[in-house]
Amino acid sequence: MTFLAKVKSGKVLISDGAWGTFLHEKGLQPGECPELWNVTRPDDVYDIAKSYIDAGADMIETNSFGGSRFKLEHYGLADRAAELNEAAAAISKKAAGDACNVLGSIGPTGKILIMGDITEDEIYDAFKIQAMALAQGGADAIVVETMTAIDEAVLAIRAAKENTPLPVICTFTFEKTIEGDYKTMMGVSPEMMASAVLPAGADVIGANCGNGMERMIDIITVLRRIAPGTPLLVHANAGAPIVQKGKTLFPEKPQDMFKLTPRLIEAGANIIGGCCGTTPAHIAAIARAVKLYEKDK
Amino acid sequence: MSDFVEQLALCVERGKVNKESLYPPDLKGQDGADELAKQALERGLQPDTILKGCILGMDRIGSKFSQNKAFVPELLMAAKAMTAAMDHLKPFFQSGEVKRKGTLIIGTIAGDLHDIGKNLVAMVVEGGGFEVVDLGTDVSTEKFLAAIEAHPGSIVGMSALLTTTMVNMESAIRAIKEKYPDTMVLVGGAPVTQQFADRIGADGYSPDPQGAVAILNKKVA
Repeated sequence: MTFLAKVKSGKVLISDGAWGTFLHEKGLQPGECPELWNVTRPDDVYDIAKSYIDAGADMIETNSFGGSRFKLEHYGLADRAAELNEAAAAISKKAAGDACNVLGSIGPTGKILIMGDITEDEIYDAFKIQAMALAQGGADAIVVETMTAIDEAVLAIRAAKENTPLPVICTFTFEKTIEGDYKTMMGVSPEMMASAVLPAGADVIGANCGNGMERMIDIITVLRRIAPGTPLLVHANAGAPIVQKGKTLFPEKPQDMFKLTPRLIEAGANIIGGCCGTTPAHIAAIARAVKLYEKDK
Repeated sequence: MSDFVEQLALCVERGKVNKESLYPPDLKGQDGADELAKQALERGLQPDTILKGCILGMDRIGSKFSQNKAFVPELLMAAKAMTAAMDHLKPFFQSGEVKRKGTLIIGTIAGDLHDIGKNLVAMVVEGGGFEVVDLGTDVSTEKFLAAIEAHPGSIVGMSALLTTTMVNMESAIRAIKEKYPDTMVLVGGAPVTQQFADRIGADGYSPDPQGAVAILNKKVA
């Protein structure tokens, strides 16, 4: 069954948890390029992917969030974008096997188009290289994530749709405003996002990162209302980070996510996973909650 | 004169850079911050009035940003308009005819390559009438110390986006305070909180750029 067919089967699917915070736990130093580990420490990257599959995830992402040439150039690795992305997908594919799927991760370039310091063509080309390499390495879908600006997200979606045969997921990062509604830092509401990324070709939309699962329920409620027929994905942070004794902690425990999962499904989520601060234990808890929910249905 | 300050402030607040600029659509074809500043000098207005207009406009957009009534794109365009006007002031800054309120040395902390938030603060602080020395991203403690040495009496601002790098602020602040105990250090960034700022010995924290300007204004008042 294709990835999209699985998503549309009506069953709630489980995605993976955090990569960045996991890599740091495995020894990635601040200032070190995470994507370089796909070739220098592939076994550690594989361990992360495999631990989420073992926790019950139906799909895993790839270690390629910062794999665009614009991010890699900070480390002098811009010319290795294709190689590092392909390696990322191949590692996750090995962990996923045939039963599970691989979502090729594409994050923001860190460039802001309206400032005019970069052209649309340059951004499109960077995303094209990334998407094609992820497809080449074995990704079953592309996930354009942590987006805040419509123009950049649309370019990424188009680059993936026009240059690979893969379905595309697009998730934005929304924050709660003083008014109580949700907007990205660029001022994009869930409504604005859906009305731009769906025509651009996104097959699945949703939200990632943010400040925990509770707020994701609000966001998914809005997205479900404005995109009734579109599969929705959530990758929630384990709450907003707090620092204690020089260590960063994420307050939401697996048990908290277990409890909130049924409400997230009720709100309309079709794929549920984690973002910063979530661990295989969080994913296992979400998987348990989904199983219980489907049994009771 | 107050008419001019108001006019320029409006261009800055709305992000109207110059006449050719198509942004914002409702001001198409009108003079922007660039033309207004140029005309002001030609008409013999005090250069200082240009700075006043910039400060007023940036204060308005900065406040809207703090209240979630404006977002990053609006703030960036305002900063672009402000820069267009301020460019005309360069010779007067150099000659000392127009003085800034003080200097902020700013940089993203060691290990962290994110610069959007840091740049926004730098722009708004510059628009608040301060000189900004931008050290870029991944700034080591040594670089901060060298910049303080080169710009005595400056205030330091540090930014972090990652929870893994924000902890590096603590050692940087300790080193700065050891060598320059009187130097004020402000911190900011998505994962940073007032509580964290207090714990690592920072002198100030703001969740948004306008708050940083308020702290700086209080310091130089």
